[in-house]
Amino acid sequence: MNDHAAHAHDDAHDVPFLEDGKGWKSWLFTLDHKRIGVMYLWSVLIAFAAGGVFALLLRLELMAPGKQYIEADTYNRFFTLHGAIMVFLFIIPAIPSAMGNFVLPLMLGAKDVAFPRLNLLSFWIYGVGSIMALSSIVFGGVETGWTFYTPYSTNTSGAVVMMTLSVFVLGFSSILTGLNFIVTIHKMRAPGMSFFRMPLFVWATYATSILQVMATPVLGITLLLLVAERTLGIGIFDPALGGDPVLYQHFFWFYSHPAVYIMILPGMGVISEIITVFSRKTIFGYRAIAYSSLGIAIISFLVWGHHMFLSGQSAYAGMVFSFLTFLVAIPSAIKVFNWTATLYKGSISFDAPMMWTLSFMVLFTIGGLTGLFLGALGVDVHLHDTYFVVAHFHYVMMGGTVIAFYAGLHYWWPKMFGVMYREGPAKFSAIIVFIGFNATFFTQFVLGTRGMPRRYYNYLDQYQPLHQFSTFGSWIIGLGFIVMTVNLLASFKQKVKAPANPWGARTLEWSIPSPPITHNFHKTPVVTEGPYDFPVEGQAASGAEGKHA
Amino acid sequence: MDTPNGYWMPPAASTVAQSVDDLYFVIFWLCVVFFFIVTGGVVYFAYKYRRKHPDQLATQQIGHNTLLEATWTIIPAILVIWIFVLGFRVYMDLIVAPGDSLEYQVTAKQWAWDFRDPDGCSVPGELHVPAGRPVKLTMRSDDVIHSLYIADFRVKQDVLPGRYSSVWFQADKPGTHNIQCTEYCGTSHSNMFAKVVVHTPEAFANRAQTFCKVTVGKEHGEKLYKNQCAACHTIDGNRLVGPSFKGIWGREGKMSDGSKVIVDENYIVESIRIPTAKVVEGYPPAMPAFPTLTNDDIASIIEYMKTLK
Repeated sequence: MNDHAAHAHDDAHDVPFLEDGKGWKSWLFTLDHKRIGVMYLWSVLIAFAAGGVFALLLRLELMAPGKQYIEADTYNRFFTLHGAIMVFLFIIPAIPSAMGNFVLPLMLGAKDVAFPRLNLLSFWIYGVGSIMALSSIVFGGVETGWTFYTPYSTNTSGAVVMMTLSVFVLGFSSILTGLNFIVTIHKMRAPGMSFFRMPLFVWATYATSILQVMATPVLGITLLLLVAERTLGIGIFDPALGGDPVLYQHFFWFYSHPAVYIMILPGMGVISEIITVFSRKTIFGYRAIAYSSLGIAIISFLVWGHHMFLSGQSAYAGMVFSFLTFLVAIPSAIKVFNWTATLYKGSISFDAPMMWTLSFMVLFTIGGLTGLFLGALGVDVHLHDTYFVVAHFHYVMMGGTVIAFYAGLHYWWPKMFGVMYREGPAKFSAIIVFIGFNATFFTQFVLGTRGMPRRYYNYLDQYQPLHQFSTFGSWIIGLGFIVMTVNLLASFKQKVKAPANPWGARTLEWSIPSPPITHNFHKTPVVTEGPYDFPVEGQAASGAEGKHA
Repeated sequence: MDTPNGYWMPPAASTVAQSVDDLYFVIFWLCVVFFFIVTGGVVYFAYKYRRKHPDQLATQQIGHNTLLEATWTIIPAILVIWIFVLGFRVYMDLIVAPGDSLEYQVTAKQWAWDFRDPDGCSVPGELHVPAGRPVKLTMRSDDVIHSLYIADFRVKQDVLPGRYSSVWFQADKPGTHNIQCTEYCGTSHSNMFAKVVVHTPEAFANRAQTFCKVTVGKEHGEKLYKNQCAACHTIDGNRLVGPSFKGIWGREGKMSDGSKVIVDENYIVESIRIPTAKVVEGYPPAMPAFPTLTNDDIASIIEYMKTLK
């Protein structure tokens, strides 16, 4: 790469990547990591909209007990689709595949990822998997819940095979992206960029990639076994065939608990970037944050049993998993403290990415703290499989990852598309979503504590006022996202050109024009300082904005 | 009837409920304190260190502070381990049933609960227990995974096919509480609802004369025969859709595939569970399966058949 970069660059690629080729073929067959990232971005945004519509329909049905608009089986299909789409089509690929693809090579000072063709293959596999997942709606629908618990999933009718095979296929997309990123981070860093000069987003992506490569195959194998049981009658999980249903849960959560961190770690990476840039201050405790990402990645493999405290696993296993679950809380807490301390004596501005980030800080803190209730065995018995759990993981996944994703989207939007959006509506949408989110999901903590089970189409009358309030909240969230979407799309029409570095950031992606040229850097940059070395009071400015190389 | 335990919790109606709630509120207040430390810090710093004019771009570099970082690692570590210990203690109380518990058999299936007390008494959709005595439920599922949840007692346990699980509780006051299924089990998951009725010890002792007249045995079998079988099978030797039950026990019969079968327990169980497996010669294979009949029901029907000489 370096030799190549030293040569006179090819003029044909000296244009912004968005203009380098026209027509659908120039996109679908591109090897440019930025174009692949943009295709992922639109795909996951569409998936988010689809999953969101199902969520709104579910909340609408729950306005009152009994049938309102849809039948019980339809409701069950909708919550399965909401979960499956949001987890497998949106949240897992959202930050790593969409933003990681776009930003990671730029942050490293590289011209592309290590294996550009493999990268395109990942996207195609994602496309095929997504089409398969959505086609299950036509082939009879799936109403098992996104967790596909056996023996229910072995015996129920519907397109369970199609849906599980689609998740199997999507897993390969995830594995290949993870592999690509690990190699890219090890081999493609610009001269002078030691591991401890990497931006924290890269660290987070690195930890995530390790999880993707190591955990996803287990899910793939598990789902293949489930398909074999359904289609060939091989008894693995169904006791009627001589299998063990709890074994399925062990296998499933052995992937799906690390997957929770596949979802949240990249979000933490985004927050680490934004909070430094908008405080104009180096991150507090760089190494602690970097190591805590790796710590979380390791411990996350050892806590799957906390999804199964009531499954009939032994009390001894429950004790060990409870203890390890509390340990994984510590690195997450460290990160939150570090971000807070980063604000101390900063020069803080409240642009849209920062508004989303502050929202993350509050919501993720609540999400993390409420995990303590569920990790404590004696309290979990009461709260398990109630709305408390629903509220908890929405605070972590949506209040954490999704809010971080939209923080990142507003942060990197000018870099991706070369245009600025309007600040006012962007901030406004962050505030609206924050209010709606709390109205929707804080209410569900109360519901769950009072004993309202999850995945319920019908419910006892006593829960109705809280359910209604939660539904009103969901409309506010919907409004917030509509405002945000319209505002972002309007930026294409307004065509306010984005400067190379609108936020005054120090990482390498901001040292090149917005949008970048196809080969990213005219000359491979040489890194001489850390990613967050902002000008220090009392010293002469160490260099003009963005002069990094 | 029962008042909720504060704003958050449902009524605390079992002996362990209050200790669960106490632990809940220990964690609750700990969370409130940490929430205000973090968000208080965020809001205060965000306000105090806001950029007051656009040129204010240089800051102090504060990279890290070992003492501070050690503090905010060690204190939360101690606190979470403390919560772990408290949680485990309460959990042990929740899962270890006292030795003198009344033992009940519970069967879950899509989408109903069947509860049998130590005398074999079962009331559809109702679990009747005495106040002031520990009750242990030994549970199994006939089909998929279910989960028995009594919110007012703070107990919950998955109910599995192919394996037994158990849960125990003791309620000290008479009253009625909800039982809900908390493991998704299909179409009517949210309607898989039952009640637990706690009686005074005296009322419970008299249950055979009041609410609980049904027991396992030939009387129960006769009742089931009248409700479920009599439309097709007589007891006087006459032929209806199926063969008569008169003198059925121990009889040798010829099947439509030419084989011969002696009517015994296994034959009756098979005929009820899989009616088409062996069809008596000369009769149509018209009998439906009766998945709602429990194993005890079938045992009762067999006892009744033995009396039909």
